[in-house]
Amino acid sequence: MLAFVLRRLFQAALVMLVVAFVAFSLFNYVGDPINMMLGQDATPEQKVELREALGLDKPDYVQFAAFVGNAVKGDFGLSLRQARPVSTLIKERLPATLELAFCAAIIALVGGVVMGVYTALNRNGIFSQFLLTISLVGVSLPTFLIGILLILIFAVTLQVLPSYGRGDPTQIGWWSTGFLTTSGLRALVLPSITLSLGTMTLIMRLVRSEMMEVLRTDYIKFARARGLTNQAVNYGHALKNTLVPVMTITGLQLGSIIAFAIVTETVFQWPGMGFLFIQSVQFADIPVMAAYLVLISAVFVTINLIVDLLYYVVDPRLRIEQTSTGH
Amino acid sequence: MEAISRFFDGDVWWSFKRSPVTVIAAILAVICILGAVLAPVLAPHNPYDLAEISLLDSNLPPAWEATGNSKFLLGTDQQGRDILSTIMYGSRVSLLVAVCAVGMSIIMGVSLGLVAGYVGGRVDSLIMRIADIQLTFPAILVALLISGIGRQFVPRDMQDAIAIYVIIFSIGLTGWVKYARTVRGSTLVEKSKEYVQAARVIGVSQARIMFSHVLPNVLGPVLVVATLNIAEAIIAEATLSFLGVGMPPTQPSLGTLISEGQNYLFSGEWWITIFPGIALIVMVISVNLVGDWLRDALNPKLR
Repeated sequence: MLAFVLRRLFQAALVMLVVAFVAFSLFNYVGDPINMMLGQDATPEQKVELREALGLDKPDYVQFAAFVGNAVKGDFGLSLRQARPVSTLIKERLPATLELAFCAAIIALVGGVVMGVYTALNRNGIFSQFLLTISLVGVSLPTFLIGILLILIFAVTLQVLPSYGRGDPTQIGWWSTGFLTTSGLRALVLPSITLSLGTMTLIMRLVRSEMMEVLRTDYIKFARARGLTNQAVNYGHALKNTLVPVMTITGLQLGSIIAFAIVTETVFQWPGMGFLFIQSVQFADIPVMAAYLVLISAVFVTINLIVDLLYYVVDPRLRIEQTSTGH
Repeated sequence: MEAISRFFDGDVWWSFKRSPVTVIAAILAVICILGAVLAPVLAPHNPYDLAEISLLDSNLPPAWEATGNSKFLLGTDQQGRDILSTIMYGSRVSLLVAVCAVGMSIIMGVSLGLVAGYVGGRVDSLIMRIADIQLTFPAILVALLISGIGRQFVPRDMQDAIAIYVIIFSIGLTGWVKYARTVRGSTLVEKSKEYVQAARVIGVSQARIMFSHVLPNVLGPVLVVATLNIAEAIIAEATLSFLGVGMPPTQPSLGTLISEGQNYLFSGEWWITIFPGIALIVMVISVNLVGDWLRDALNPKLR
């Protein structure tokens, strides 16, 4: 167990180091940060002074160590475009992305499970066939097109929901939430549906196939033979056993929800971290890009580390393989 | 000639004929591909020839609407360019990027998978470990980071010119894992077969066994993965271009067209963004359906 955990931790650290190196080279070798910060008409003395103040005259490995040290503390310097600390910018944007991802995950989970169960129980119903066909199209549709279509229908044609921004968020400490005002909640509808659709179709198909598999097993037949009601068999026995793999997949999908949040945020101009990254790419705002790169990698490395460890706890086969092959 | 008649007598063609959805999808896919490849010949206008476009024609709705012009079937954009023509030229860019990216993934993935499966040991675990790590990040995110960050290393004025290479590279680099896994799996099976042992006994070199004996026998599944991968690459390219880290407006793909048109949605010019969107959907779904059919048709277990 310990060896497994250590190896996974080592691997995670290695990935983060590589990412940090890319972010660092971005910092140091793209353009000239001194020129960017002082403008073209600074005197050479000013440049030398700033270079020393920023530590850019030291050897690369010292700078890299300093960079990693600062990154661990969450310090990525100043945004070139807004001249404010990157950490503040990210802190401002983080709640928007997390609230969006949270809503999308809930919608995807609830919608996916309900539709999956329905299509599994009414396999040949017309509505089930309709849902399955729609989900096939949903898998093929790129996220941004879904967003544009929803804007066209609900914001431009029907004019019932806002198409951009997040309304008037309420500030609680450093966290700004859109959950407490009507405009905030209304603004949340279209983006979270857009973001949830891909994951929802995936969960629906997964629940459907798992459920159909479970319904064929002997213990379900036995439950029916015992004369239990359909409801008790379907929901008490079948659904319960379906949900284990669904939870794992949903956990893994959390990562892709965060990734696709970049697309959704751009479509709806949602002031989250993904939109911040896209803007920083357009304005070549290196510190913001580097911070986002490190942060998003840390999120994924952490999610995968947790999932790996959970697998190890849940699935005893992994442990046997460990001891038998020593691999 | 004999090969052609054998193909039409074969069961792959038979299963193709029996699936009307696949036939329709294949016809649509062929129309999309022909329209894209032959855009300079078939397109009613050349949208990038400044002599041919006129601002007087700008923002015309599709021909069937009251104020439409029959010269521009799907209407025009803000610069007076014919939408149908920009879609055809745009699909050309989209397809070119997708095919090149998939080609790059195939070359990378097949050779790495072949080496991993045939050589085994440390090389195998190194390659597969890298593949595992890459799989933990969603492909679109990796492509976005490579494309967005990679372009920063190039001077600003050169970025548009190299955009197509950056985007091919970023999508190509994210796709290799699937091929590597597929090929590695089949290589492990082929490796223990008698013809490989025979080749080894008569002293054929390792590289030669790998590439001229094992390789042809592991390529079958690659075809299926590649078809489905093309659809993914088209979506990835469109998404990157939509986000502004893909093809520049000077050389627009379908994604760039959709992204530019989105600004006109609120002033009522829906056709500028919706028609390229429909073209993208038709292209992706038809390629996907053909890929699904191919997977089932070539998989003897499902028959």
